[in-house]
Amino acid sequence: MNTVQNFEIFVPKLVEKREFFSSGHRACQGCGEVLALRLLLKGLGEDAIIANATGCMEIISSAYPATAWMHPYIHVAFENAAAVASGVEAAIKALRRKGKIADREVFVAAVAGDGGTADIGLQALSGAAERGHKFIFFCLDNEAYMNTGIQRSSQTPFMAATTTSPAGKAIKGQRTGKKNMPEIMVAHGIPYVATACPSYPIDLLEKVKKAKEADGPAYIHVLSVCPTGWRSPSNETIKLGRLAVESGVFPLYEVENGKYRLTVELPEKRRPVSEYLKAQGRFRHLGPEDIGKVQALVDREYRKLIHKVTTSVSWS
Amino acid sequence: MKQRKWPETWREVTPGCIVFTPGNASEYKTGSWRAQRPVWDNKKCIKCGMCYLFCPEACIHEDENGYFYADLDYCKGCGICAHECWPQAISMIEEEV
Amino acid sequence: MGKRIGMEVAIAAAEAVALCRIDVAAVYPITPQSHIAEHLSDIVHDGRIDAEFLTVESEHSSISACAGASAAGARVYTATSSQGLMLMHEILPIVSAMRLPVVMGVANRAVSGPLNIWNDHTDVMPQRDCGWIQLFAENGQEVIDMSIQSFRIAEHPDVMLPVMVNIDGFQLTHMIEPMIMPTQEEVDRFLPPRVPFATLHPDNPLSMGCFNMPDIFMETMKAKDVALQGAKKTIIKIWKEWAKIFGRDYQPVETYKAKDADILIVTMGSMGETASVAVDEMRKSRKKVGLVKIKLWRPFPVEEFKVAVHGCKTLAVMDRALSFGGAGGPVATEIKSLFYHEKERPRVADFIMGLGGRDVRVEDFIAMVERAEKKEDDTYEFLGVRE
Repeated sequence: MNTVQNFEIFVPKLVEKREFFSSGHRACQGCGEVLALRLLLKGLGEDAIIANATGCMEIISSAYPATAWMHPYIHVAFENAAAVASGVEAAIKALRRKGKIADREVFVAAVAGDGGTADIGLQALSGAAERGHKFIFFCLDNEAYMNTGIQRSSQTPFMAATTTSPAGKAIKGQRTGKKNMPEIMVAHGIPYVATACPSYPIDLLEKVKKAKEADGPAYIHVLSVCPTGWRSPSNETIKLGRLAVESGVFPLYEVENGKYRLTVELPEKRRPVSEYLKAQGRFRHLGPEDIGKVQALVDREYRKLIHKVTTSVSWS
Repeated sequence: MKQRKWPETWREVTPGCIVFTPGNASEYKTGSWRAQRPVWDNKKCIKCGMCYLFCPEACIHEDENGYFYADLDYCKGCGICAHECWPQAISMIEEEV
Repeated sequence: MGKRIGMEVAIAAAEAVALCRIDVAAVYPITPQSHIAEHLSDIVHDGRIDAEFLTVESEHSSISACAGASAAGARVYTATSSQGLMLMHEILPIVSAMRLPVVMGVANRAVSGPLNIWNDHTDVMPQRDCGWIQLFAENGQEVIDMSIQSFRIAEHPDVMLPVMVNIDGFQLTHMIEPMIMPTQEEVDRFLPPRVPFATLHPDNPLSMGCFNMPDIFMETMKAKDVALQGAKKTIIKIWKEWAKIFGRDYQPVETYKAKDADILIVTMGSMGETASVAVDEMRKSRKKVGLVKIKLWRPFPVEEFKVAVHGCKTLAVMDRALSFGGAGGPVATEIKSLFYHEKERPRVADFIMGLGGRDVRVEDFIAMVERAEKKEDDTYEFLGVRE
C-alpha cells in the first residue's frame, strides 16, 4: 500500500550502492533478468554465496577466464542449484560449528531460471525446501528456456509462442497455463514465499530483506522480461513488467508463514490483459477470441489469489 | 593468484577453471554493441536516480553534482533509461556508423 | 594399535568414514549400500561425530550436495550403487573437473535392466571415463583402509580429485569379517584436517564452474588428464605412509604365486579371495597358475601391471561387466590395449563371469583356467551360462 505517490522515485538514493554484478556481462540489450539479478544481489549484500543453475545468467557471466560475479559463486549443472545450495549451507553450518571458519552468518542463495526451478530443477528444490535448509531460492522467470533458444517451459504463459510451442495452423502456441510455483512452495510449508518484478525495485529489495530474515527456506519468484524471447522492444522491459503486474497477470504478493498479502494493491478494475499481450510479439497471433480466453484465465487465477489473501491465516 | 594474462596453455588453466578475480568480466567492453546512446538534459533531470536503478548493465553513474551519465564503454543502448525517465530528460541518439 | 573387531563390512565402512571426521554426508539409500547410509546416520544422530547428514531426495542431489559442500571447504562422503551411480553419472565428470575431493563408497551392484540387486561391476564400468580415482577393495580390511586412505588421496594438493572405493555389494558389504579398526589417534596422525585449495566464502570471493569456449576446452581436458595420470605417484607414496603407520601394504597391482606362472588369473574386487583358493587347489596338481589382483583401476597402473604379468604366456581375465556390441569386457580390453605395441604379448582370454550376483566358486575358476588353456583366440566368452 503506497500512501505516498511515486514514493519509489525518491528511494534509489537509499539503495545499496555497491554493484555485485560487474558490467561487461553478455546479456542481451534490455535484459530484464540481469536487471533482476543485479538488484537482488544488492539486496543480499556481500555476505552471501551464490549457487547458480545453467541458464542465461550463468552463460552471460562466467565464460572462463572471466566472471561478472563479485560474490563467491558456484555453478555445477542445470537441475541441481537447490541441491548444491543445500550442500553449501550444510558445509557452512558444520564448519562454523566446528570452528573451522569465521562464526559469521553467510546467506546461501540459489539462482535458477524457470527451467532450473519448475521443470528439471523441481525435484532438487522440493527436497531442499522439505529439509528446511536456511537458504533463499530465486527463480528468475523469463517464461521459457531462453538460453537454449526460447523453448517452452511450464512457466510459459497460455498461448505464448515459443520454438517448441509455436503458433502453428493447427495449434496456436502454449496449450497449458503457468504452473503455480509460489503455491507449490507454500505447500512445502516454508516460512517465506514471494513474487517480485524488477519494475518494482524497492518492493523486490524489501522482499529480499524479508527472505534473509526468514527462519528457514525462502522462495522468491521474479518475473524477468526478456525482449529477445518475448519479441518486445529492448526499452520497454520495465513497462512490460508494470503491465504484467497491473493487469493481474503477475500479481506481486508475499506469503509469510502461510498468510497471503498483496504487496502492490490493484484497483477493482484491473488493466485489460490485451494491453500487455499486444506489446509482445510472442502473442501476436492472438485474435480477439484468444485474448478473451487469456483474460478469463488471468481473472480466474487472480480471483483464486484474492480468495487466499482474504481467507488465509498465518500458521505460526 | 593474480590473472594478468588470459590463460593459453594447458599449464596456465587454473584447477577446476576457478576464476580468482571477481568481476573481471569488466575487461570486455560491451559498448561496441550499441546502435544508439543515451544523452541527459540536466535542465530537466530531477536527480531521482531511477535511470541508475533500472540499468541492466549497471553502467549509469552519479557525477559529483548529482546528475547522471552512462559509461559508454559498457552501455548497450537498450533505451530503458530514456523510456523510464519521468521528466523525459534522457534522449536516445543514433550512433554514427 | 587398532582394535580387532568382527563386524559387517558395510558397518565397518561407516565406522571408518566416521573416524575421518567428515563434515557433511549426503546419502540416498539403495540396496546394497543402505547399511552404510543407515549406520552413518546412527553415528551422526548419536552425536558420536559432529557432521551434517543430509537425507537427500535422490542420488543426483546427493552428489550435487557433496559438490556444493566440498566447494565450501567441507570434508564430504557419499555412497551409492547401481541405479544411483547411473543417476549420478551426469555430475561425476563435473566433480572431477572442478577438482573437488569427494569420497564415494560404491556398493557394486548390477545395473538394470532387468532389475537386479546383486553384485557385479556393471555399475562402475560406465564411469570409467569420468575422471575419478577408482579403487577396488577385496575384503573388509581393505574397505576400512581404502575408505580412510581415500580422503588423504583426494585432498592431497598434488591430486585434488574425487575417489571412488568399490565394494562388491552383498558379497562384501554384507559379510561379517574379522578386521582391525584403526584408532582415532592413528587416523588423526595419518589424516590431517582438510586444507582446501579454494573455498566458497565471502572473505575470498571466487567463481567455480565457469564454462569453457572451444578455444580453451582442450587445454582444460589435458590438464585434467595430467592430474589424474599423475595421481598414481602420490597414491603409491600415501600407501607407503600407510604401511609405516598401520603395517599393511597396498600396491596398485598385487600378485599371488605369480612369479613362475604359465597362466595368470586376473581379478578385481572380492573375487580375488576365491581365486586364490582356486590357485592353491590347482597348484596341488602341479599346474603353474597364479593370480593378479588389480587394486587401482583409475588411473590404470600400466607399468605395475606389465611388471606383475611379465613372462606369463596367458592371462585369464575375469570380467564382471561387458561392453555390449563391443570388443568384450572392460578389464580385458584395457589389458589388451596395454600390450598392443609390445613385442612380447600374453594371450588375453576374456571371460564374462559373475554377473548379477551369479556365484563364482572355486570350481568355476578352475574351469576358467582350463578353458583359457584350450582357447585359441582372444574373443570374449560368457562362463557359467546355461546353453
